[in-house]
Amino acid sequence: MRKHWRIATLGVLGAAAMTLAGLGEAMAQNEQFLPRLTYRTGPYAPNGVPFANGYADYLNLLNERDGGINGVKLTFEECETGYDTARGVECYDRLKGKGPTGAAVVDPLSTGITFALTEKAPGDKIPLITMGYGRSESQDGSVFGWNFPLLGTYWAAADIIMNYVAQKEGGYGKLKGKKISLVYHDSPYGKEPIPLLEELSKRHGFTFTALPVTHPGVEQKATWLQIRQARPDYVLLWGWGVMNSTSIKEAAAVNYPRNKMIGVWWSGAEPDVTPAGDGSKGYLAAALHAIGDQFPVHRDIVKNVYDKGKGAAKKEEIGHVLYNRGVVNAFLATEAMRKGQARFGNKPLTGEQMRWSLENLDITATRIKEAGFEGLVYPMKLSCQDHMGSARARIQQWDGSKWSFVSDWIEADRKLLDPMVAAAAKKYADEKKITPRDCSKEM
Amino acid sequence: MLYREAGQFKTSYDDDQAVFPIRQDRWGMAFILAVAYVALPFFATDYFITSIMIPFLIYALAAIGLNLLTGYCGQVSLGTGGFMAVGAYAAYNLAIRVPELNLIVVFILSGGAAAMVGVVFGIPSLRIKGFYLAVATLAAQFFLDWAFSRIKWFTNYTPSGSVAAPPLDIFGFAINTPDRRYFLILVIVTVMALAAKNLVRGRVGRSWMAIRDMDIAAEIIGIRPLRAKLSAFAVSSFFAGVAGALWAFLHLGAWEPLAFDINRSFLLLFMVIIGGLGSILGCFLGAAFILMVPLALNQIPTALGMPLSTAMISHLEFMIFGALIVFFLIVEPHGLARLWALGKEKLRLWPFPH
Repeated sequence: MRKHWRIATLGVLGAAAMTLAGLGEAMAQNEQFLPRLTYRTGPYAPNGVPFANGYADYLNLLNERDGGINGVKLTFEECETGYDTARGVECYDRLKGKGPTGAAVVDPLSTGITFALTEKAPGDKIPLITMGYGRSESQDGSVFGWNFPLLGTYWAAADIIMNYVAQKEGGYGKLKGKKISLVYHDSPYGKEPIPLLEELSKRHGFTFTALPVTHPGVEQKATWLQIRQARPDYVLLWGWGVMNSTSIKEAAAVNYPRNKMIGVWWSGAEPDVTPAGDGSKGYLAAALHAIGDQFPVHRDIVKNVYDKGKGAAKKEEIGHVLYNRGVVNAFLATEAMRKGQARFGNKPLTGEQMRWSLENLDITATRIKEAGFEGLVYPMKLSCQDHMGSARARIQQWDGSKWSFVSDWIEADRKLLDPMVAAAAKKYADEKKITPRDCSKEM
Repeated sequence: MLYREAGQFKTSYDDDQAVFPIRQDRWGMAFILAVAYVALPFFATDYFITSIMIPFLIYALAAIGLNLLTGYCGQVSLGTGGFMAVGAYAAYNLAIRVPELNLIVVFILSGGAAAMVGVVFGIPSLRIKGFYLAVATLAAQFFLDWAFSRIKWFTNYTPSGSVAAPPLDIFGFAINTPDRRYFLILVIVTVMALAAKNLVRGRVGRSWMAIRDMDIAAEIIGIRPLRAKLSAFAVSSFFAGVAGALWAFLHLGAWEPLAFDINRSFLLLFMVIIGGLGSILGCFLGAAFILMVPLALNQIPTALGMPLSTAMISHLEFMIFGALIVFFLIVEPHGLARLWALGKEKLRLWPFPH
């Protein structure tokens, strides 16, 4: 017994000493630090891994090819959240102070973590980029000063998908009496689009039903039984991780036509469709950006990163949907840094400077071409009031081996979104007693 | 030598019945409190306060709640996460709908709400025991999860079902920095841990322990199972409810029902089992073990500059942590608190063991 006690004491002391050792760290001066909240393990890993790889590869590309941004090297550290909110908050706190200026920008890559960090970011003055996710009302920069749901929120996504449905049916007038179902991940992520879809169903007279799937989403038999009975005209899928492939398999099992299933842009990647095999043929999903590795930026990544043996992914995974999303996300963040350096000088930016940079971000078609992203993303411009920029997506279809576009860029209807965003943001501001910024006075 | 009690005479019943009868323990406790109240706010980094101390204290509080029920009264519960959720959502609704309420009152009332729900779900404990009761409390967990994600009133009709705490202040003093949040939690946990310690030493605690050890014998000597069991459920849920409110308001800031899912309940049960059933100290040790060891394991490779991938570090964390749990349970099935007690026994005799 005595010996065991001694071993246990040693173990505990050792662990404690090492925690303390981890707290101190050397810093370099001309470096911009980016905390990377990732999940490479757990039920969402199939989707978390390619995104994290794409992000890392693009940062490494800038370092290897250009020596960083205007001489400021980019450093980053990954922290595994496992999609768990409490762990994500811990990661954020762990990394926010690192680097000479601290974290200048954070991408939480989880709606739950985004909600928690939305409460912390204003105090720490660190902007959050939630590209294609996050809370929909955070598009309103006057209330949500530190959230940047770039390229589109879930309300925008739902509107884009419904626009596509309307196009296919021959106009919104034809939607009357149709049945639309939403199969969603039962978390804030999946619930986000519901208010917008309810609003649309009121306006256009279609029946809308929302069917929740419990986290992590491997058990969906009951949900798809309901769909088999109700036979909705379209099923929208708001899943993530293993839930997506399970949904497609279940749809195949109840013989629901896959070409009437439209996923959000988080339900339209390779790991979502490949497990179902031929069952996913014809499945549709929204796409925030182009797919494939045929763009100049990919050639540069292969040449400057992979040929030097510094790539994060396997070479054949370059150009996958979520890999490209990671690249695009890193591109937008680093473009904002360029913008900020043009104003504040070529040195690492602080969170506050980064917010200014994001609010004044204007990515033009010329700049997109110059950076090697032509055809990959759509030009966008942000402002103090509008933290979303553009809200456009295309619809892609899986043919059993690859994705191809079946629509042109569809834009979300800002006339529909903006009043809803303003109302939701006002409610949040009242609850939190926030006085909205007057954007007409901001520079 | 360190623990030599020679010369410490107890001359009154009060001395004999003190929480810490040995002088060294009193000093040790005073030292720990001094570190927690004075040294940490001054010297610890924000990361240590927000990501280690705050969750540690809240977990410890919830673990005390569960330990009162499971460790002292012998009623296995898998519903602690659900009772924490009751506390969190009660606090949210009170703070949003009755903004005049003082934050302390909000916390007490949300504990009260959790206590009431706890009593309702405790009623089956009068008929069923052991594993069957665990299943009944599991039902509480799932029902409460369901209620908070489906009944929109609880979340004030927010579109996504995620709610955020309003700005917090006590008597005009804004609770907005890590140090202030930590201090508030520390005060609450100190007061409630002391209350729990005294509760289990008194009549109520003794009646719980009698029920735990043999309920028929307890009934024969005049302890009413109804009152004992339901009071255990009420007090336990009160602690869990306050912990839930603190977790939501002061740790996360914004949360969804997933923050209080079944995993939270399991985690708390592990804390109580590894820390030591029927020990208040064990709750703190268990919370520290379950919370801090994975964080330490996750940060060691990076701190030592080992070139491991994020995924590998994460897998190692799971494996080593799992192995450590098994190791500690084999070495001392009665938990870390028992290890500490054994160590103390040895220290009393050291350096001249028999």
